Amino acid sequence: MKLQEYTQSRANFEECMKCTVCTAYCPVLQVNPLYPGPKQAGPDGERLRLKDPYFFNYALKYCLNCKRCEVACPSGVHVADLIQTARIKYDKSNPKLRDRILASTDFMGKMVRPVAPIANVATGLGITKTVLDATLKIDHRRQFPAYSGRSFEGWLKRRAKEQAAFPEQVAYFHGCYVNYNYPQLGKDLVKVMNALGIGVQLLDKEKCCGIAMITNGMSKEATKHANHNVAVLQKAVDAGLKVVTTSSTCVFTIRDEYPGVLGVDNAAVHDAIFMATRLIYEKLEKGATLKFKADYHKKIAYHTPCHMEKLGWGVFSENLMRMIPGVEFTVLDSACCGIAGTYGFKKENYEASQAIGAPLFAQIQSVNPDIVACDCETCKWQIEMSTGYKVMNPISILAEALAD
Amino acid sequence: MKFDTIIIGGGLAGMVAGIALQKAGQKTAIISTGQNALHFFSGTFESLQEPTPRIKELIEEAGIRLHYGQGVRLMPMGTFQPSALCLEDVDIFPDAHFGRRVLIVNFMGYHDFFSSFLSEGLEKQGMECRIRFLNLPEMEQLLQSPSEMRSVQIARTMDRIWEKVVQEIRVLLKDDDTVVLPQVFGLKDPSVPGRIRQGIPAKVVFAGTLPPSVPGVRTQMQLRKRYEVLGGTYLMGDEALEAHVHNGMVHSIVTRNLDSHYLEADNFVLSTGSFFSKGLRSNPERIWEPVFGLDVEYPEDRNGWYSPSFADDQPYMGYGVKTDARLHGVADGEPLKNLYAAGSILGVTHPELGSAAGLAIRSALAVADAILCHSERSEESN
Repeated sequence: MKLQEYTQSRANFEECMKCTVCTAYCPVLQVNPLYPGPKQAGPDGERLRLKDPYFFNYALKYCLNCKRCEVACPSGVHVADLIQTARIKYDKSNPKLRDRILASTDFMGKMVRPVAPIANVATGLGITKTVLDATLKIDHRRQFPAYSGRSFEGWLKRRAKEQAAFPEQVAYFHGCYVNYNYPQLGKDLVKVMNALGIGVQLLDKEKCCGIAMITNGMSKEATKHANHNVAVLQKAVDAGLKVVTTSSTCVFTIRDEYPGVLGVDNAAVHDAIFMATRLIYEKLEKGATLKFKADYHKKIAYHTPCHMEKLGWGVFSENLMRMIPGVEFTVLDSACCGIAGTYGFKKENYEASQAIGAPLFAQIQSVNPDIVACDCETCKWQIEMSTGYKVMNPISILAEALAD
Repeated sequence: MKFDTIIIGGGLAGMVAGIALQKAGQKTAIISTGQNALHFFSGTFESLQEPTPRIKELIEEAGIRLHYGQGVRLMPMGTFQPSALCLEDVDIFPDAHFGRRVLIVNFMGYHDFFSSFLSEGLEKQGMECRIRFLNLPEMEQLLQSPSEMRSVQIARTMDRIWEKVVQEIRVLLKDDDTVVLPQVFGLKDPSVPGRIRQGIPAKVVFAGTLPPSVPGVRTQMQLRKRYEVLGGTYLMGDEALEAHVHNGMVHSIVTRNLDSHYLEADNFVLSTGSFFSKGLRSNPERIWEPVFGLDVEYPEDRNGWYSPSFADDQPYMGYGVKTDARLHGVADGEPLKNLYAAGSILGVTHPELGSAAGLAIRSALAVADAILCHSERSEESN
C-alpha cells in the first residue's frame, strides 16, 4: 500500500489531527487578536488555500516565524513552514521600502560601515528616530544596533597566516551582525577556537543567510543568497572543513529554512554546519580541555532563542557555561523575547513585540543576573533595550572566562 | 552526551520516571516529540486505588494540588464516571445527584464548553438547571477572532480578571445551590480554582472543555519545571529516530535534532505513548514500535484490530509493546536488558488502575525502581 507515501506533503500537513496544542504555545496569539493563530494560519488555512488562493489571509504577516508551534506539535507538522510558504506563494504585494531596508542586512552593512561613527550618532538621535518613524514606520522607541567601522572579515584576513598555522581548521559563517555590527564576537570565537588548537578561516565570500528576506516577502533574493551560500559551504565541505556559526538564526536558516521554505536543496552541506557551542562541547567531551580563570565569578541567566529551541541545541550552550568554575547558572523559561529579527522594528508590531517579551523581561529582573547569555543577536538587542541587562553570546562568555 | 538514564517520551509517564530518578540522584534526559497527552487531561488520574504516600508526595512536590475520594465526577457532556485521585479543580461526588438548583455559566462566544449538554445531563439526575452567559468587556479582544476562542486563550484573560468573574457570578446567583463553570481557571496559578470556590456562596463545580485542557497544560508546566529544577534535561521538540543495540543492551540513540551526536546512557525508558503520540505506528499491513522495533502483539487479520461501530471499545487501543515481568522491552522475543517501557505504550489498562494516567504513574515508578535497584546491584558487585 503506497497510498500513504504518495499523499504525504512536504510540510506534513495531512498529519495535523486538529489537536490545538500549537495554539497554546503561539506567542503572537496571546497578544494580537488580528492574528489567526498557527492552526488556522497553517494546516487549516492550507486546506482552503489549496482549493482556492482566495482564502489566503494577509494577517499571516503577523507570524513571527519563531517555530514554537512546530516544537510543540506532537504530530510533526511543519506549521510555520506552511505559513511562510503560503506568504511566499500567495502574497503578491511588493515589499515596502522599509521592509527592503530592514531585510537587506549585508547591503546596509556595506553601505554604512565607511560612515559608521556618523551613522551611529545619527540613528541614536531623537530627530532621526522621529523621521524614520514618520517616513518609514520604523518604531521610534527602538534602539538601532551600532555599526562597526572595521569589518570582521578584514580583521580575520589580516590574521589568515597565523590562523592557518593551527593543526586543525574550521570555517566560520560569521553572518552580517559579526561582520558589520559586532566583530568582537567573531574575535571571541577565534580566541576560544585557538585555545582548543583550532584555526579559524573565512568561507569563500558568504552572503547574508537571508532570513530577514524570507520574512519580508523577498523570497527571490533570499533564494539567490541560499544558492550562493550552499555553493560556498560545498567548497568548505569539499576541503574537509566543518563550518561553525555563532548565530542560532543563521545556522537554523541554512539548515532548515533553505529546504523547508525556499525549496533549496542543501542535503550535501546540511550536516556540515553547526553552532560553535556544539563543536566546542563535542571537542571537550572527547578529551580536549579549556583552562579557565580561577577568579571568574558571574551569575548567568541563559535565554534560549526560538531558533535555538527549534534546533534543539540549547543544551550545548548550557552545558558549556555550566563547565566554567565560578558561574552561577540559571536557565530562563523558554519563551520568545518578541523581537523576531526585523519584526519588532516595525511600527505596527512594536506593542505586540514588547508584550510578547514581557514575561521574559520580568523573569530576568527577578533572577537579577550579572549577564544574560543568548546565542542570537536580535534577542540581545531586545533584551538589552527592554531590561537594561547586559547580554552576551555564550562564546563571548567562554572567551572572557578563559585563563590568559 | 552521556546520561545515567534517557527517557524517550515526555508525557506523564516520562516526567514521573524522570522526577523519581532525578530525586534518587541520577542524571537523566527526556526527549519529547512535541507536547503530550496532558494537553487532553481530564484532571483526574483515575486510579481507583488509594494513592501511595510516594505518589502523592512526588506530585505535590511539583506544586500540583490533589485530592482523593471515592465517587463520581462530572464529565463534559453531562454524564458521570467513577473517579478517585484528582486535581483540586475536579470535584468528586458521592453520587451523581450533587445539587438541586444548578447555575451553569459560560462565556459569550465560547463554543468549546457544552452548557446545554451539561444541563440535559444534570436534569436527568433530577437537578434543575439554568444557563447564563457572561459578556465581559475584557473578552472583546478574544471575540475579534472567534476561531481562536479556546480554553487556553480564555484562561490567559481569566488569570487577570477571575476576581471580576466571581463578582459577576455573585450577581447572577439567585437560589442556586451549585454553579458549574468551564475549566478555564488557574493556568499559571493553581490556587485560583480554590479561591473562586471561596468567593462564591454556592458549591462550585468545574467541568471539562474541548482541548487544550487548562488543568492539563498547567500540570505539564508544573511537572516539567519540577523535573528541570531537579537538574533534568528536557529536550523538547526532538525525536528519537533509532537505537544502537549490541548483545541485548541499548548503547545509544540517534535523534533528529542531534543527528551525529549520539545520546548515550546506562538505561533507557520508552514512554512514547500509543498511536496518537506515534509511540506505535501502523499501516494497513502491520503495527510497529518505531524506535527499538519492540514486539507488538496484535491479530494478523486486520479486521480484528477494530470494531466497525465507532462508539465501541476499539481493540487496537489496547495494543502495546511486549515486555517481561520487570517491564523490559522485548525485541524478537528477547528482552533488552537496559530498556524499560512505561505508560500508554504498554497498551494494557488494568481495571484497578482505571486508565491511562494511573497506568502512567504506577508503571513509571515501577520502572524507576527497577533501574535504581539494578544500578545499586551493579555498584555492589563492583
